[in-house]
Amino acid sequence: MKKFLLSLCLMFSVLPALAAETAKAPDALVREVSDDVLAIVRQDKAIQSGDTRRVITLVEEKVLPHFNFRRMTMLAVGKDWRQASPEQQGKLVDAFRTLLVRTYSNALTQYRDQSIGYKPAKFGDADASVRVQTEVRQAGAQPINIDYALEKTTDGWKVYDVVVAGVSLVTNYRGTFAQEIRTGGVDGLIKSLEQKNRDLAAPAHS
Amino acid sequence: MKKNITSRFAQALALGGAVVALAGCTVRFANPDDPLESYNRAMFTFNEKVDEVAIQPVAKAYDKVTPLPVRTGVGNFFGNVGDVWIGGNNLLQGKFTDGLSDLLRFALNSTVGILGLFDVASELNLSKHDEDFGQTLGWWGVGEGAYFVVPFFGPRTIRDAVVLPIDLYGDNVWGIDDIATRNSLTALRLVHVRANLLGIDKTLEEGTLDKYSYARDFYLQQRRYRVFDGNPPLDELDFNGAGQHDDDAGRLVKAGRQ
Repeated sequence: MKKFLLSLCLMFSVLPALAAETAKAPDALVREVSDDVLAIVRQDKAIQSGDTRRVITLVEEKVLPHFNFRRMTMLAVGKDWRQASPEQQGKLVDAFRTLLVRTYSNALTQYRDQSIGYKPAKFGDADASVRVQTEVRQAGAQPINIDYALEKTTDGWKVYDVVVAGVSLVTNYRGTFAQEIRTGGVDGLIKSLEQKNRDLAAPAHS
Repeated sequence: MKKNITSRFAQALALGGAVVALAGCTVRFANPDDPLESYNRAMFTFNEKVDEVAIQPVAKAYDKVTPLPVRTGVGNFFGNVGDVWIGGNNLLQGKFTDGLSDLLRFALNSTVGILGLFDVASELNLSKHDEDFGQTLGWWGVGEGAYFVVPFFGPRTIRDAVVLPIDLYGDNVWGIDDIATRNSLTALRLVHVRANLLGIDKTLEEGTLDKYSYARDFYLQQRRYRVFDGNPPLDELDFNGAGQHDDDAGRLVKAGRQ
């Protein structure tokens, strides 16, 4: 009996911590990651002066675990996704991921004095996909709305789209991707993406 | 020999015709919003050159030397000048609360905010809006027309390009009589706005396979979003048909757009 009680106590003390770890609410997640990353960027002089490698490391460690790149690639490729073989799909995901990570990590080096406001989130417990709305405030200009679309997975909430001022950064690739696939097939698109990534990687300290 | 030349000429002509026809097809196929693509691409390149040579270097220098408080002041100052025009357009769209709030912003910031250098109105929760005459026309149902890259000014639609002179006149410091002061202020504003875009620039350069079409699609989507104050009709969004299929991608598009 004593043992049972003890284990019960233990369970209750551990459970909330576990639950918080696995099923953090999507809005809390976005807020925590953003605050975390910006706090680092604000203090890191190397990142502020444009150290690409450093900022990529930061993003890979703090941000990437919360993104679902397969989903993002699917959305960007659109209906042509189904004509791609599993192998091609894997290559697409890798190449697109590299491109996005490098580009938007670099955008972080441009961060100056903006602050982020979080709008009250509205979603039900049963929702499998939600939108977390934030706004980036800048002096002398209207705030820019940035929304994150997240979906529930067994591994917690994952971001699959970022919408800036009403424009999805993911689906905005669709026009270009469809064009590439039309001219060179899925392999053509993979080649273009990989080429772009190689071009960007070449001057490693730009 | 002569016959040979003629037939070659005919061949070349036929080939040229085929190429043009093909190009025409691709353009129309690529984006129904962009029938003027070949002109637009040329003008986009021209604008980029002008920017690279004349505007960007100045904006970079400005970005480097201007301390943050000064820069904030400059942004606030021009933001304040623009509030009158924004308010007027809100009134023209029948959004009286927003319009009056814009005018109140101007009154407050011009006085308490010392000529608009401080944005006290935002501190008082009178938030800044985003309107212009092109948006007013759009609000009243005037179609946007084709995508159109304006020399020096960049991406617009035909509708917004036509009323660009009106917007420039309304949303500016033209009220100042002294020409030298007015011109320096206009130049400062241009440089300030350009400096704010320096980061996006790099993103566009590095993150896209085709800068022109990414910029175009981005412009058109966010323009519609602004005309409809953040709630564009869903059918305006082009998902290349992915939404029509019941696969994962389609489901997520719908879910994400709610």
